[in-house]
Amino acid sequence: MSPLAQQTVDAVERLRDERKKYDFFTDIESDKAPKGLNEDIIRFISAKKQEPEWLLEWRLRAYQRWLKMSHPDWARVAHPPIDYQDLYYYAAPKTNVDRPKSLDEVDPELLRTYEKLGIPLAEQEILAGVAVDAVFDSVSVATTFKEKLREVGVIFSSFSEAVQEHPELVRRYLGSVVPYSDNFFATLNSAVFTDGSFVYIPEGVRCPMELSTYFRINEANTGQFERTLIIAEKDSYVSYLEGCTAPQRDENQLHAAVVELVALDDAEIKYSTVQNWYPGDAEGKGGIYNFVTKRGDCRGDRSKISWTQVETGSAITWKYPSCILRGDNSVGEFYSIAIANNHQQIDSGTKMLHLGKNTSSRVISKGISAGKSSNCYRGLVSIHPKAESARNFTQCDSLLIGDSTSAHTTPYIESKNPTALLEHEATTSKVSEEQLFYCRQRGIGEEEAVALIVNGFCREVLQKLPMEFAVEAQQLVGISLEGSIG
Amino acid sequence: MSSAPLLQIQNLHAEVDGKAILRGVDLVLERGQVHAIMGPNGSGKSTLAYILAGKDGYDITDGRILFEGSDLAEMDVETRARAGLFLGFQYPVAIDGVATISFLKEAVNARRAAAGKDKLDAVAFLKQVRAFAAQLSFDESMLKRYINLGFSGGEKKRAEILQMLLLEPTLAVLDETDSGLDVDALKTVATGIESLRSPERAMLLITHYQRLLQHVRPDYVHIMADGNILHSGGPELAQKVEDGGYAEFQQSARTAQTAQA
Repeated sequence: MSPLAQQTVDAVERLRDERKKYDFFTDIESDKAPKGLNEDIIRFISAKKQEPEWLLEWRLRAYQRWLKMSHPDWARVAHPPIDYQDLYYYAAPKTNVDRPKSLDEVDPELLRTYEKLGIPLAEQEILAGVAVDAVFDSVSVATTFKEKLREVGVIFSSFSEAVQEHPELVRRYLGSVVPYSDNFFATLNSAVFTDGSFVYIPEGVRCPMELSTYFRINEANTGQFERTLIIAEKDSYVSYLEGCTAPQRDENQLHAAVVELVALDDAEIKYSTVQNWYPGDAEGKGGIYNFVTKRGDCRGDRSKISWTQVETGSAITWKYPSCILRGDNSVGEFYSIAIANNHQQIDSGTKMLHLGKNTSSRVISKGISAGKSSNCYRGLVSIHPKAESARNFTQCDSLLIGDSTSAHTTPYIESKNPTALLEHEATTSKVSEEQLFYCRQRGIGEEEAVALIVNGFCREVLQKLPMEFAVEAQQLVGISLEGSIG
Repeated sequence: MSSAPLLQIQNLHAEVDGKAILRGVDLVLERGQVHAIMGPNGSGKSTLAYILAGKDGYDITDGRILFEGSDLAEMDVETRARAGLFLGFQYPVAIDGVATISFLKEAVNARRAAAGKDKLDAVAFLKQVRAFAAQLSFDESMLKRYINLGFSGGEKKRAEILQMLLLEPTLAVLDETDSGLDVDALKTVATGIESLRSPERAMLLITHYQRLLQHVRPDYVHIMADGNILHSGGPELAQKVEDGGYAEFQQSARTAQTAQA
């Protein structure tokens, strides 16, 4: 047989094998798996990513588990049932052919928002998904940063890259904070996640810069099932920024991400999020469903994990960034601003699980409700019998704008140790006519006045954001409440 | 500059939440003039101030107000403010989390933006604020505190005057700015008000007592009661009120009404 013929035979054989493996798939090179969820799709994703066998098995175990689970119904959100067989679970990043050629082809509404946020043109193009070939400033900045990180031994890469290059780390920590069986959405994510971020901070290293997903923005589309894993070794520190104040274009309605944080002895992780996915239009049509599982494990003594979030986007937000305070003297913090306008629904809060001695946690939640939205704080403070002298301070403030909105506070407290010291404060207030009149009498327009008052209300949380985020977040607060008055 | 009087109030009738309060007020303020309106509680003084500023729930039922010749009823609250109308509040409201300095900056920049000017340079702005604060003995540490939150009565009034100095209004309406001030604070605040007096501006001082008027001498004094101006005169009227109270004016007004009927 000629070499060419032999090649053809080999190729056919290979294809036949693969066909067996992937059942109905005719072409492993396909950029998109068909709609629907089954084992073959999961095998396909795993094969696409050239994953090791153990990871495929982990995904499959999650899938089997997920089949036996049902959609949670305890949250104060309402939406039509999601048909999980009607979703795509794998799509390769868009090629330039499918993208808008220039900003002229982008929704002007989106561009107006970018402008208000003061985002430079080059960045607008990336955010709007415009096909950009040219190397621009922030890419070179990113490269410089990556070199700097490598010097100190920090690993900051996509999740897929980490699976290839640091499989031992991924295998050791993946699912160690949020097990694949954790909850409906986390289990779904475990089965089908496509990419995300991976961070490893070696012992004794203070990460020399804020790590931001922003620097990877032009890399592969991380998709709707994102997976993030951050490990801070003993005595290390990292501040991680997720998301972007600019509303990002995305066709996927369902997002179910998982974030796992591990802090060992004396380590500190500060995780900040600005979430501004498409919230749907003023009538409540469209918008992202955001069902996220975020959890940090203060595994080491004197470790600290701090969550700060500014949630302004999505039609539905279902999110409870939590801390497992396992190490003695460990500290958990949750600072949250959740803004719901129009028909947005937010059910968000935190869980502080005190297992170790002298553990302490602090929860500051600022909920702002406008339009016809619903905004619910749901939190759990749990003190384990062995958690001697645990302390928690919780403050939940709700601010209402208008008369058609609702705010709810649902705090759960479970204390199984009599030495625990728990404090809970809650307030509900309205943006008062007097305050608006006062601002307007000074020449400040009505919407600017609302933004000013709401920013004042959120001040305590805004101050917790890294500087580079804080200014944009303040503007975002105002923008997301536009049209909420009058 | 327009030749129309700065402010013309013509046969103003107004109600608050459906209740008639002002019953035919006439008043003209020319540029460069300082007018004082005095009167007992419930006479309608503060209502007049809120009507001028355009507060919700305060409605003109008859008559009109012209500001530089334009009908005030056509302008919303912020438009009036940007056109140069300033109201010094009797009870300024607190805004939690908003530092005084940030509030001042927001207000000044809103005015500048409306006038088509760029935002004020941060350094220049701070310098200006500090100068006015010093003039009013307004402690600089106050600038970092949240606007009006936990301010004493005197601090609130100083903060109002500080805003007035920064915003340089063409018409300043000061509602009971003298209330709750001790003698020293009154002097300081009065000096601040005096410093803004100029041929381009007019001021309307609303007060119970004449003690502010000893420091800021008005050109005209009007006595208001039962939603109307009963008597107008020079600064000597203020002294008359101090000596004899309002009863005399109200009495003579009633007599006049009876005579008319």
